[in-house]
Amino acid sequence: MTAVAVSEAAYVSRPLRGRLRVSTAWLGAAPFLLYTGLFLFLPTVLVAVGAFSGPHGPTLANLARLSQPYVVSAFLNSLVLSAVSASVGAVVGSVLAYAVATGSPDGILRRLVTAFCGVLSQFGGVTLAFAFIATIGTEGFIVIWLQQHGIRFYPNGVWLFSLTGLTLIYTYFEIPLMVIVFMPALDGIRPQWREATETLGGGTWHYWRHVAGPLLMPAFLGAWLLLFANAFSAYATAAALLDIGGVIVPLQISRALSSEVGLDQANFAAALALGMVVIVAIITVLYARLQRRSARWLPR
Amino acid sequence: MSALDTRPTGASNGGSRSAAEVRLEDLRRIYGSTTALDGLTLTIEAGELIALLGPSGCGKTTALRLIAGLEDADGGRVVVGSRDVTNLPASRRDAGMVFQAYSLFPHMTAQENVAFGLRMRKVGLGERRQRAGEMLELVGLSTQADRYAHQLSGGQQQRVALARALAIRPSILLLDEPLSALDARVRSQLRDEIRRVQREVGITTLFVTHDQEEALAIADRVGVMRAGRLEQLGPPTDIYARPATPFVAEFVGLTNRLSGTVKDGSVDVRGIRLPLIAADTPDGPAVALVRPEAVSLAVATEGSNGPLSGTVIAVSFLGAVTRLTVDLGDTTVLVQIPTAEAAAHPGGTRVRVALRQDPVLITREDGLGRP
Amino acid sequence: MNRRRRRRLAAFKTVVYVVLGLFFLLPIAAMVEFATRGVGISSPRTLTAFTSIGSDPELVDAITASLELAVITSMGMLALLLPTMIWLRLRVPQMVRPVELVCLTPLTIPAIVLVVGFAPIYNWIEINVSDSILMLAFAYLILVLPYCYRALDAGLSAVDIRTLSEAARSLGASWATVMWRVIVPNMSSAVSNACLLCVAVVLGEFTVANLLNFENLQVAISILGTGNASVSIALAVLSLILVFFFLLILSFLGRALSRRRSAARA
Repeated sequence: MTAVAVSEAAYVSRPLRGRLRVSTAWLGAAPFLLYTGLFLFLPTVLVAVGAFSGPHGPTLANLARLSQPYVVSAFLNSLVLSAVSASVGAVVGSVLAYAVATGSPDGILRRLVTAFCGVLSQFGGVTLAFAFIATIGTEGFIVIWLQQHGIRFYPNGVWLFSLTGLTLIYTYFEIPLMVIVFMPALDGIRPQWREATETLGGGTWHYWRHVAGPLLMPAFLGAWLLLFANAFSAYATAAALLDIGGVIVPLQISRALSSEVGLDQANFAAALALGMVVIVAIITVLYARLQRRSARWLPR
Repeated sequence: MSALDTRPTGASNGGSRSAAEVRLEDLRRIYGSTTALDGLTLTIEAGELIALLGPSGCGKTTALRLIAGLEDADGGRVVVGSRDVTNLPASRRDAGMVFQAYSLFPHMTAQENVAFGLRMRKVGLGERRQRAGEMLELVGLSTQADRYAHQLSGGQQQRVALARALAIRPSILLLDEPLSALDARVRSQLRDEIRRVQREVGITTLFVTHDQEEALAIADRVGVMRAGRLEQLGPPTDIYARPATPFVAEFVGLTNRLSGTVKDGSVDVRGIRLPLIAADTPDGPAVALVRPEAVSLAVATEGSNGPLSGTVIAVSFLGAVTRLTVDLGDTTVLVQIPTAEAAAHPGGTRVRVALRQDPVLITREDGLGRP
Repeated sequence: MNRRRRRRLAAFKTVVYVVLGLFFLLPIAAMVEFATRGVGISSPRTLTAFTSIGSDPELVDAITASLELAVITSMGMLALLLPTMIWLRLRVPQMVRPVELVCLTPLTIPAIVLVVGFAPIYNWIEINVSDSILMLAFAYLILVLPYCYRALDAGLSAVDIRTLSEAARSLGASWATVMWRVIVPNMSSAVSNACLLCVAVVLGEFTVANLLNFENLQVAISILGTGNASVSIALAVLSLILVFFFLLILSFLGRALSRRRSAARA
């Protein structure tokens, strides 16, 4: 509030000190900038600095350790897991969003689905891992129920506690997230566009191929990126589900952080974290390229 | 898809297809418990422009959508030329449609929008381009061909929509309140433009609107609709001067309700005898519907106090004409006279009212609070 | 829309709702089933897992801490974000975009990366300020930034804050009055949305708390899971239901508020 008061004084004296007003009005954002500086940028900088620090000053040793096979495979696992779950989540989620969006905008069904998606998209984590263990874990009720009817749910071995299982579980929060993120784009599609397509001689396929598809593509890509980043950074579910550590990058970081071995482990964690940031940055640049092509018609 | 669609373009106006007559036979449409269209029968002659006019919910848009195939009829037939299209899907009906607003595909340029229908008909790229160019020229937008919808004004967007609808050489052009989202100036400009293009192409056209001025200005014939039925169909002058029902009289233009008595084929209103539109009206008390421009004013002579004298209580200047409200004691009457004459009757002055000998329509319904 | 298409759409929607409904409801049903299992194979259903939650003091502490964190984070978020957003829109519009960018960065910087950077900062805080779990609110405020920014931004762009503030200022209101008495009441549903997201994120948060060695709700559930699975799952179910109802109540509150407002306007 103090910054607000300061700027208010500046506002009152505007006729006298016009140039000063501009510089003090900035102060209104000072608390926010200070806070994000301390708790958003300082940590990021600490990660970057940590990645290049060792017990004896600056070093590239931490980054060099990223080339070890088990680290590389963790990065690959993370990439595949995130890309697959984001893609499945984006496709299924947009189908669900479409079903919801074509219903009544004030209907009870839409309210319920949106509220439910709100909970599930944020409320993943440990709870979710347990939910799947209780459903299709070795003692899960679907597994037991099928067993009672003579069907083996896992004829080729239990895959729930592997990357496959993790991918399935990730879609559980990716789909609701997609519904929430993608719904506004679907609401922006006007019924006239479909009707215009029809009167001009196009059928359902033409409508999706030439009109709705291209129109929704920018929003779809943006949502996919968000889903990818979301899966890429997810940690809780994997931590609760997988016994062996280090399968994906967040688990590697957690192992390095909680290790008692020494200071350079913390720096190794920083190097891993930097690697994650770089990958998200690369994906974002690729996205921006694609986006520029798919959204050149959007008003700027 | 008709073989005509891929016919090489000949004339530069896009009307190389001969115009078709369109017949609606007893069309019905029911939504739940409301009847949106209650047996509409209407023939649009080849090359004619009919405007369907009515308040919202009267079924005019429903009629349009049934012709386009965007909704299914619950009864009746739609016949275009000699073809019964009642059960064809929208994509095979050959109806060019212009929507109220925002119907352009935002991710396509004006030219791509216009060419879209041809693309659906698998017309080659070169011909598509050429034809889209011609259509844009027809609506005067050749220079805007590469713009996206958001780079065009509302009026320009509707021109592109018109070009897009015409590019497929439809057998009928359907316009669904195409001007209602535009501001007044652009509206009248584009209205004239639509009429010009429609005449040039010679296409059978149905124009739906709730704006009576628009309907009267643009149409060959106007159909006034109410509660899913056609109240009156006729040339604009007939609709205005010889309304068939009180609803038409009051919906199209302003009317005064003046009580009087019908006797021997004419009506006595405040001592003046006026001819009737419908001569066979039975005798008895009635309300005559009198247009404001059929009323004239004179400065009241000293001490005159008959049923035709009153006081000017409001004056609105409308440009060439001025509309005055005169209090006659037991009722008020709207008067529309040339502005030059109105100067003699400022607010508060005593005036004498005279009624022109135009045929008037009689209603026996109670007035609904309208003057 | 014609009949054939409407029928096809209805069939499509039914399939989507049934299939996805099963996918989303089965795991939740499974948790309830698991948590109410008796000890023996054929023993009757029991609620002991649920009733024993309250008798574990450590668990109660974790639940309390998470609820307190949710409240503190929501308050902090409103105090930090809302005045800044309004102020910038009114007085320094050229800074709106940069601040938006800052608010959205946590979406692209994984939480686990932030934890690595938080670790030394929290070391310092523990020594110099406090080692209370409530200190986590500092980190959580960053995590909720993108979600809350979007919710508040949607609300702000629906209100003509410039006209509102000019009207209020011309009537002699101070900037503080403009913000809290004029603008905020006009975007109450956006504010409640932002709080809603805040609560959902905080109650579901595991990564930061776990790696910084604090025991919040999710960490407690996780720890319990290795020892007493049925109590842990009972708690997970309860927290899921708790958050769901919390969100539902908040969303209805927001709707009631906005309806009252539009009723007053009409």
